[in-house]
Formats: sequence, C-alpha cells, structure tokens
Amino acid sequence: MPKVAVLGAGLTRFMRRSLETGRELCWEAASAALREADLTLADIDCVVMGTAPDAFDGVHMKGEYLLDGCGAKGKPYTRVYVGGGSGVFAPIAGWYHLASGAFRTCLVMAEEKMSPTQPHPQGAFNAIYDQFTERPLGVNLLWIFSLEQMRYMQTYGIPMESIAKVAVKNKRNAKDHPSAQLGGDFTVEQIVNAEIMAYPVTRLMVSPVTDGAGAMVLCNEDFAKKKGGKHVWVDGVGWNLDTSYWTNRDLAYPQYVENAAKMAYKMAGIKNPREEIHVAEPYDPFCYKELHHLEGLQLAGKGEAPKLLEKGFWDRDTTTGIPSSPSGGLLGVGNPIAAAGIMKVAEIFWQLKGTAGARQIRRTAKRGLAQAWGDLMQVGTVVVLGT
Amino acid sequence: MISELRGTSLREEDIGSGNVLTTEWRPKLDFAFDPGVAIGQFLQGLKEGKLLGRRCHQCGRTMIPPRMFCELCFRRNDEWVELKDTGRVNTFSVSYVNWDASRREKPQVPAVIEIDGASPGMGILHLLSEVGESVKEVMARVKVGTAVQAVWKPAAQREGSITDILYFRPLS
Repeated sequence: MPKVAVLGAGLTRFMRRSLETGRELCWEAASAALREADLTLADIDCVVMGTAPDAFDGVHMKGEYLLDGCGAKGKPYTRVYVGGGSGVFAPIAGWYHLASGAFRTCLVMAEEKMSPTQPHPQGAFNAIYDQFTERPLGVNLLWIFSLEQMRYMQTYGIPMESIAKVAVKNKRNAKDHPSAQLGGDFTVEQIVNAEIMAYPVTRLMVSPVTDGAGAMVLCNEDFAKKKGGKHVWVDGVGWNLDTSYWTNRDLAYPQYVENAAKMAYKMAGIKNPREEIHVAEPYDPFCYKELHHLEGLQLAGKGEAPKLLEKGFWDRDTTTGIPSSPSGGLLGVGNPIAAAGIMKVAEIFWQLKGTAGARQIRRTAKRGLAQAWGDLMQVGTVVVLGT
Repeated sequence: MISELRGTSLREEDIGSGNVLTTEWRPKLDFAFDPGVAIGQFLQGLKEGKLLGRRCHQCGRTMIPPRMFCELCFRRNDEWVELKDTGRVNTFSVSYVNWDASRREKPQVPAVIEIDGASPGMGILHLLSEVGESVKEVMARVKVGTAVQAVWKPAAQREGSITDILYFRPLS
C-alpha cells in the first residue's frame, strides 16, 4: 500500500456561536495546518472537505460555499459525507487521493457551523428519520441515542454512574485543550443528576452545539522524504456502514465499527489491537458512545469498557492502559460535527509527534487511532496513525 | 501543535443587543412523499388494522418495516405476511425533549418494539403509553423484553399512517 504522511494540522476555537462564517473558520483552520506543515497553498495539489448536513449552515451545496476558505479555488476539490463520521472520513478520502498516486499533497478540511439553525440545530436532524414510519410519531434526535444507551445498559447491566464517568474524564481532559468549549471538573453525581433530556441521557452526557473547523495536510512518501525529518504516517484506514433499517439492528454493539476497525487494522498489520494501539480517540458525542466504540474497536470486550473505565484503563495519565480521548473529546472540546472528527485525528497526530503539550500522554505511543460515527447510527470511520 | 488559535466566540447578548448584526432567513419547504411499493402496502395494512411484513424465502427472514427486496440476499423477496400487533420492547427511553429542544412536562416513551411474527430483532419505532409519567414509574413498569400490544385508532379514523397505532401498552 502506498504510504501517506501527516505534515500538519490546525483547529479553530470550538464555540457555541462564532462571529466567523464557516468559510472564515475554514480559512483559519487551513492556514494553521499549512503553518505547521511549513507549506503554502501553492504546494497543495488537491483539497478534500468533510462537513455534515447543509441544514446547519443553512447553505445548500455547503462544500461549494466553503470552497474558497478551503483554498480549493482552481484545484481538484471533493466534499465527502457520512454524517457524523465525515470528520474522520475526510482524512480517509485524503488518503485515497494520495494512495491513488494522482497527487503529492492533499489539504483535508472539516467544518461545521451549527449555530445558525433556529430555534435549535436538533430540528435539522429530524429529517434523518424515515418519512413514513417514523417522522409522524414526532421524533427528535435524542431518542435514538437514549434508546441505544438503554439497550447497551440493560444488555450488560451497566449502571448510570459508569456511563457518567466518561463525561468526568473527558471534560477534565478538555481543560488542557486550547480549543475547548466545555472543559471542567465535574463529579459523577453532577453528571448523573443533571437535567434528564431523554432518560437515560442527561444534559451533561450530551456533547454541545458547536461552531468550528479543522484541517490537516497529508502528502505521499516521496514528498515526505524530500521534506525530511520524522513523520507520522497513516498506517491504516477503514470505514463501514450498516443497514438504514436501524430498528432491525443490534443496538448494544456497533458491528459496523468493528468492521471498519478490522479493515484499518488489516491494512496496518495490527493483529492484537489492545497491545498495538497505544492511544485512542473514539467518537464520544454521548458518554455511552465512547464505551460502545471502544468495544467495537476491539480495545475492550463486549460490555467490558465500563469496567476498564472504573479501573482507570482509559485515563490520560495511565501507563498500563490505553488513554482514550486525551483531547477531551466531543464532550469536552465540543462537537462541531465533522470538525470534531478531524480534531480527534489531529489529537492522535500531535500525541504521536509528542507535541500535545499539557495533554501529552505519559505512556510511550507509537500507534494511535481516531474513530468517528454517525449517519443514522450506522457508520464507523477509523484512521490508524503511526510513527 | 496548536500555536495560534482563531475564532471569536459570541454570547447570546451580543445577538439580542445588536452588537453583532444578523440576517434571518425563513425557508418554506413542503414535501409530499410518494410511499413506494412496500410502504404503500404497509400503510394500507395499517388502515385495515394490520401490521404487514415481507418474507424472503432464501434467507427465511420476515422483515418489518417491509421492503420489496432482501438487502442480504439482494433479490426480490417473496410474500406479504400479516404479523401480530403484539411484540416485545427491544429498548425504550423516557424523553422530556421536543424536536426544537423545548422541554415537556410529561415525558414521551419512545421504544423499539420487536413485532411478534417477524424475525428476531426486527423492530419498529413507536411510542409506549399507560406506563407512568415519570422516569421512576416507567422504569418500574418497562424493561427490555416487556410484552406489549398496539392500541389502534377506531377504524373510521384511520388514515393509512403509522399514527393509526396510537401507542403500544404492556400486555399484563
């Protein structure tokens, strides 16, 4: 498989509502990634953009709207979309642009400006439900998550307190992330006893509405060698989608995440992920999702991730476990949907490079993964990076 | 490494006070969806007080919501099957939130219900009722696996919609 390297990454602040337009946010993130890569736009051969529903920004053909901020004028430019999975899918698409041999360099962008949607961006999600069999029931987005969390908890007998500890960990980690919207110290009781949104999901188990953008610069092996120095490489990528008949699925286990992870592990030559993955950024738009995903990623057995959480296995300062969401995740840094996914890939890049600053994990890490999830709870997207 | 961070965070006050100028746009989008072959028949069944599924003779699965093709065997499936209007709770929630994030005083109880007569794991989304009006009450009466039955609208009021079933209630 042709080798692809990561040269730089950039993020904006993650904010409930930004003054900047999506286009301006993209420009800021792209500029930051080019600065770290020590390149200019003239060095970029193609641009890939990941962004979620047009309804958030209120602009149809959002990819085209954002194009100028993405540095894509006059370049091969593609928007990719797999709902919430888009932020990790964008670097995957960047990878195959380069692995195809057609380009030397690719600027990978992700953006979400959710704040324009009134009265609340949740409304824009209603159209993901089936228009005949579901929407007439008066659906809302939180239902699918609360239904999945309940199934997960009752299948394995997981208490609320165990689920809540994901928010405690991630919001604490986010205190050290400069982009973070919701970092802070919380107790398990505060998370469990927060306002009930859709039981068992409480307000503090939900990631926020966020505006933000992120960017990464990828290049092929020749370009990386000419650039010199040590690089972080894309060792494996994987993606997979389950049926859209979500009420026919096993809601306690994300099989599609397992399929995506196995595709990425195979490409990376990973046989025992629990030994060979040293840091992870699983998608955590809701507390239970991080645990769900750690199991799908084969980093924990089915129903085992909450027990490992209790033991500190996923803590950022662990020396024997696997730090999970050292960035602070979507629960702490914020959830500008696609931008949150690329934030996770960027975190693994910085962790492996050793430049994560106050967030740097204590154990040695040669390999890490980022994963996102979305559409109608049916897509897993996985990127494995290595040094 | 995050060396320079950009982005200007606004507060709600900035919008209301006119410190930041905003432009509003209210799109009017109305849609009329054609039901398709499978769901058209399913909706007709609801009007007649029946839950209909489709069976694939190759894999043997009976599917609800119905579809005219089997996505696993990837062939046209074979027959309509009238299912029972009973089933078991696959999962449920006690929801205090409306679509616009406004709050409800009395919760709704959405649930995935595996329909009797369909293959294991074949559920539909619907609402539970007669199960209490607080998290505590609902959690005492409903669990994964609870047996439930559809409560239908009177025949004259049915219009061929998923809401022809008002809700599901526990059998016992």
